[in-house]
Amino acid sequence: MADNKTMTTDQRNIMTFDPQAHEIALSTEDLHVFYGNSEAISEGDLQFERYKITALIGPSGSGKSTYLRSLNRMNDRIATVKGKIMYRGLDINSNDIDVYEMRRHIGMVFQRPNPFAKSIYENIAFALRQRGMNKKADLDEIVERSLRQAAMWDQVKDDLNKSALALSGGQQQRLCIARAIAIKPDILLLDEPASALDPVSTSQIEDTLLELKQNYTIIIVTHNMQQASRISDYTAFFNLGKALEYAETGDIFTNPKVDLTNDYISGNFG
Amino acid sequence: MDKIRASLLKKSIATKIERRGKILSLSCLALIILVVFLIFYFVASRGLATFFQNHINLWHFLSGIQWNPGTIGTNGQPAVGALPMIVGSFLITIFSAIVATPFAIGTAVFMTEISPRRGAQILRPVTELLVGIPSVVYGFIGLQVVVPFVRNTFGGSGYGILSGTFVLFVMILPTVTSMSADALNAVPRYYREASLALGATRWQTIYKVVLRAAIPGMLTAIVFGMARAFGEALAVQMVIGNATLLPHNLVSPASTLTSILTMGIGNTVMGSLQNNALWSLAMILLLMSLLFNLIIRYIGRKGKLNHER
Repeated sequence: MADNKTMTTDQRNIMTFDPQAHEIALSTEDLHVFYGNSEAISEGDLQFERYKITALIGPSGSGKSTYLRSLNRMNDRIATVKGKIMYRGLDINSNDIDVYEMRRHIGMVFQRPNPFAKSIYENIAFALRQRGMNKKADLDEIVERSLRQAAMWDQVKDDLNKSALALSGGQQQRLCIARAIAIKPDILLLDEPASALDPVSTSQIEDTLLELKQNYTIIIVTHNMQQASRISDYTAFFNLGKALEYAETGDIFTNPKVDLTNDYISGNFG
Repeated sequence: MDKIRASLLKKSIATKIERRGKILSLSCLALIILVVFLIFYFVASRGLATFFQNHINLWHFLSGIQWNPGTIGTNGQPAVGALPMIVGSFLITIFSAIVATPFAIGTAVFMTEISPRRGAQILRPVTELLVGIPSVVYGFIGLQVVVPFVRNTFGGSGYGILSGTFVLFVMILPTVTSMSADALNAVPRYYREASLALGATRWQTIYKVVLRAAIPGMLTAIVFGMARAFGEALAVQMVIGNATLLPHNLVSPASTLTSILTMGIGNTVMGSLQNNALWSLAMILLLMSLLFNLIIRYIGRKGKLNHER
């Protein structure tokens, strides 16, 4: 790790986990992301602990979303991703990996709620049907379980055949979370899942995430620093394509080691 | 102060120019509406004369199978039966749409989903080039290439519905393709992302999500193609054989509403039954294209509802 403190912009403070004490669900090694010739991520290597919520914060254009989208290779056709993404001892950024199978284990929820123009039930059943599950009883069970986990079963249990587009924004986003966890992924990536929602829906989503933490490793990009401090265990601060600071959330918000992090969380820039 | 009051109360030059512009654009619109209205009026007045002046029974006109206006057919009725042309027009339209649709959708999927860059750089300009080729060229190639091919392969004279279908297939393919590609491009990117993030393959995403979401747009494309096929006159006339007989098979000479119109309109005297009967055919064409338009609008509106969020 670079401990060069001669220039403030070169300051970095990245935590690494002791593999004996912490189980690492996902990590990147020497990851570089390019859009054409411009490098969007130059130093972003982080480790993510299992069954924790890790928040990625930083100003717009800092590369945090790009980094997140690279983790389950959603950037494949958009950007060039170099380096290793280690998951269960495998480099999932290699050509030998079945991308579609990998995305089953590393799911993603996007900034804008993006349900299909299908019924609530079919939105969740979609991915299951694609995998050849057609038994009504099995599907019913998983749909109910996923909606319960996303804390919206009681609201929609009588309207499962209604169009998902008729739901409110917050409900649509929770449906997208339910859809993502229906296929039982290991890791859930969330790209600013609450930025398009009102405060009430936001806090419902946050409650849902805290519930899900028991069974899922969650990595969330957020613009909202209160949100990061409320729900996350660890926080990484990104700026200009680099992860500058990565620490326990309590530490990063009370005692940031890097000047830029301090500036950002105290609202001096970004 | 009074100067400001005066200037506020006076109509400025800008206001006047604005009003003039408004009147100008409104009158352009009025002129177009007038032209459309006059076309309808003219075609209807001539077309209806067959039934009101010449007292041809509408049912006999639509269901009769003998066409030789001015004479009496073998069944003792005036030989003003348009059924062979109506059937010919519909068959050729439906067949060419059926043949063109899979090709158009396949090409559009390749252009937008599989290889968007090559699609935008090469395929799209090429398909759009095809739209611009005059129909007489298509007809001539049909006459020189398709008709002999059909004659040698399927028998008959080569002239007929099948040759017409082949020629129209090539003619409507670019229209249907580029409109289908537009429909696929209009499917929001987040639909694809949502599907891919759930572990669906590209093919599953295209087939189950993108194509489903683009159905209204692609139906519009197909109906547009059908409207073009229905109204195409010259190229069809060159290859269909122009016999006013009910087609018994796909390789016997037949005719369409348009081909009989272009063949006959110069050889009749205004106001005669022969002439009026052709106007009646034109009226059917006009009504059909109106119907196609309504279908397109209806599908378009339904599609918009589906995408609303």
